[in-house]
Amino acid sequence: MAEHSKRFPINHIIGFVLSIVLTLLAAWAALGSDLPVKWIVAGIMTLAVIQAGIQLFMFMHMTERESGGGHVPWNMMFHGFVLAAIIVAGSLFTMSFGFTHDHDDGGSHQQEEQQEEHSGH
Amino acid sequence: MKLDEFFVTGEPLVYGGMVSIVLVTSAVIFLLTYFKRWGWLWREWLTTVDHKKIGIMYILSALAMLFRGGMDALMMRIQLAFPNMNFLNAQHYDEIFTTHGTIMIIFMAMPFLIGLMNIIVPLQIGARDFAFPFVNALSFWSFFFGAMLFNISFVIGGSPDAGWTSYTPLSGAAMSPGPGQNFYLMGLQLSGIGTLATGINLMVTILKMRAPGMKLFKMPIFTWSTLVTCFIIIFAFPILTVALALLTIDRIFGSQFFTVTGEGMPMMWANLFWMWGHPEVYIVILPAFGIFSEVIATFARKRLFGYHAMVWSMILIAGLSFLVWVHHFFTMGAGAFVNSVFSVSTMLIAVPTGVKIFNWLATLYKSKIEFTTPMMWSLAFIPSFVLGGVTGVMLGMAAADYQFHNSYFLIAHFHYVLIAGTVFACFAGLEYWYPKMFGHKLNERIGKLAFWFFVIGFHVTFFPQYFVGLDGMPRRVFYIIPEWMPLNVISTVGAFGMGVGFAIFVFNIYYSYRNSEREKTGDSWDGRTLEWATPTPVPFYNFATVPHADKYDAFLDMKEKGETTFEEEKLEPIHMPSNTGQPIIMMAIAAFASFALIFEWITLAVIGLVGVLIMMGIRSFDYDEGYHVEVDEIKRIEREARGL
Repeated sequence: MAEHSKRFPINHIIGFVLSIVLTLLAAWAALGSDLPVKWIVAGIMTLAVIQAGIQLFMFMHMTERESGGGHVPWNMMFHGFVLAAIIVAGSLFTMSFGFTHDHDDGGSHQQEEQQEEHSGH
Repeated sequence: MKLDEFFVTGEPLVYGGMVSIVLVTSAVIFLLTYFKRWGWLWREWLTTVDHKKIGIMYILSALAMLFRGGMDALMMRIQLAFPNMNFLNAQHYDEIFTTHGTIMIIFMAMPFLIGLMNIIVPLQIGARDFAFPFVNALSFWSFFFGAMLFNISFVIGGSPDAGWTSYTPLSGAAMSPGPGQNFYLMGLQLSGIGTLATGINLMVTILKMRAPGMKLFKMPIFTWSTLVTCFIIIFAFPILTVALALLTIDRIFGSQFFTVTGEGMPMMWANLFWMWGHPEVYIVILPAFGIFSEVIATFARKRLFGYHAMVWSMILIAGLSFLVWVHHFFTMGAGAFVNSVFSVSTMLIAVPTGVKIFNWLATLYKSKIEFTTPMMWSLAFIPSFVLGGVTGVMLGMAAADYQFHNSYFLIAHFHYVLIAGTVFACFAGLEYWYPKMFGHKLNERIGKLAFWFFVIGFHVTFFPQYFVGLDGMPRRVFYIIPEWMPLNVISTVGAFGMGVGFAIFVFNIYYSYRNSEREKTGDSWDGRTLEWATPTPVPFYNFATVPHADKYDAFLDMKEKGETTFEEEKLEPIHMPSNTGQPIIMMAIAAFASFALIFEWITLAVIGLVGVLIMMGIRSFDYDEGYHVEVDEIKRIEREARGL
């Protein structure tokens, strides 16, 4: 608790500056650069990975002894990834599986059913 | 905007509500001024970071919300028993079932359980407060202002009326214009912040602040249920936050996420809502399981049967809770394969839940049961909850669900699990831990009277609803056909029975405050877990000396060895957090911003948000590191509390 007044948080300052620089770089790549789209996408993805790394290791206690050498954050991150996978894959599965977007087919199917009912009577 | 658009007009019931709000507020202000208690209120309650006081405020708010939600329920029941009386019109009925559902789940069940967790969990693990006491206060005030924001909607602006599920496209801007639906979105958003923060806070508290020797698998079962619940909160609530934010952007800024026009996907709301919504029902039932386990073990005077199986079944339930959400909308029209998958995963949940039921029965088996009021609630829970669970499996069969869907069969099912599970647990937990919180027990005789009224009323209300549902009565209708009348009248009679039960319960709080014998020891029920090791009333630092707890049922072990939480030679100064007014101020500003956003006054909302950011900045440079309680003072407090 008392530590922060003694020690200058040099790591945090570097991390903060780096993350702002990376953000500006990404914004420039998307808005101001003349690079081909593929390069922009790849570049932003790379920057995102670096950004995530900076956040995790400089701010999120990934290497501290108190967090079990990163054991607890890794555990939560693992579950976070599992949940993200459930959300994405689950949504795709439920929202798109088994729907027929071919309306004509559905219509004729209904007509067939109606005809069957009529012939049954 | 004119004044008559701002306030809701034209409903006698709403005018009555306005008058009572004004009367109650003036009465409170008058009493506080007359008895010169404003300073006391601010110092002791509004600025406190003490987990016990915050817990009590949670429970008081939850009881108030139970009253509000209960009044909504009674109004609906009156309308359905006398559909020709024009007691409520369609619009008003829609608003009332919406607020009933939302308030009962978000502002009653969760805060009640979180309140109990707040008070009990640190005591059970031998901690002196939460890991982040400031954040705990922040959580409470965010819930409180969220709840107030939502409640104010019926007199200002108009209540939301799209059901507690708020399905799009009905709840979108095109079909529900006006501030009503925004109240739902912002009220839930604001209180959701607090719930998420509490989840993180409690999880860190449990993982990092246990008494020495207390391994995870030596923790009391209520603490275990809290840990598992926190896990669900942390992973489920962000989904709600995102869904609410998307719908807010849709409604206020005109995006097209859930709209019918503009390529939106209305069913994506249902999908996201239930991805949160299903884990949510386990958020409110797992702590209930924990409470029943504690109560049953205490009054059966036995170690909880199958502790490990209990814990693992909770973990399994938590995992499965993220894999079943589609069973809330089987009728959406996803393919048979999708429905089959979720049908099977739904029925799987019955397995770990069944394990828990049998474990409770095995704990009771051949034990000498003490029929105290908390134990009565727990005993009533088992058969009632099984009824709800079995009908749940029926609803889980996708093909049959096409018949049950949105009928009163469903209504009966989820009231059977939520009332018999969560509400019974809230009453059981409150009566069980009441002496720890307030220094005296609730009167047993009056408590049992309330119990019988409530439990019988509950079955009379909801058992007929299974059958009226099978007869085809859909949910959310304000007018019914004659064939459904008899069962509906029975339901209404039962609902008033529950109302009487609740009134007796509240009277019991007053009666016991006046008449109950004060607790002399901290161990009111001959308890087994560490919360009973503290003296009553619990000193603000909880434990003068933190016990070494390496046995399951740690306090039993301490009692055998003659240890207490006041070992004079081991006393050291205790580091405690300072009170702070920042949480309530920050959240009041956030509530102001939300209110402005509800009425789409963007400038005011931005000003409010800037205010919140400024408060965050102030907090960031706040170097108040609390204070130390000196050994002499601890000795004085403990000797007084223990009568040494």
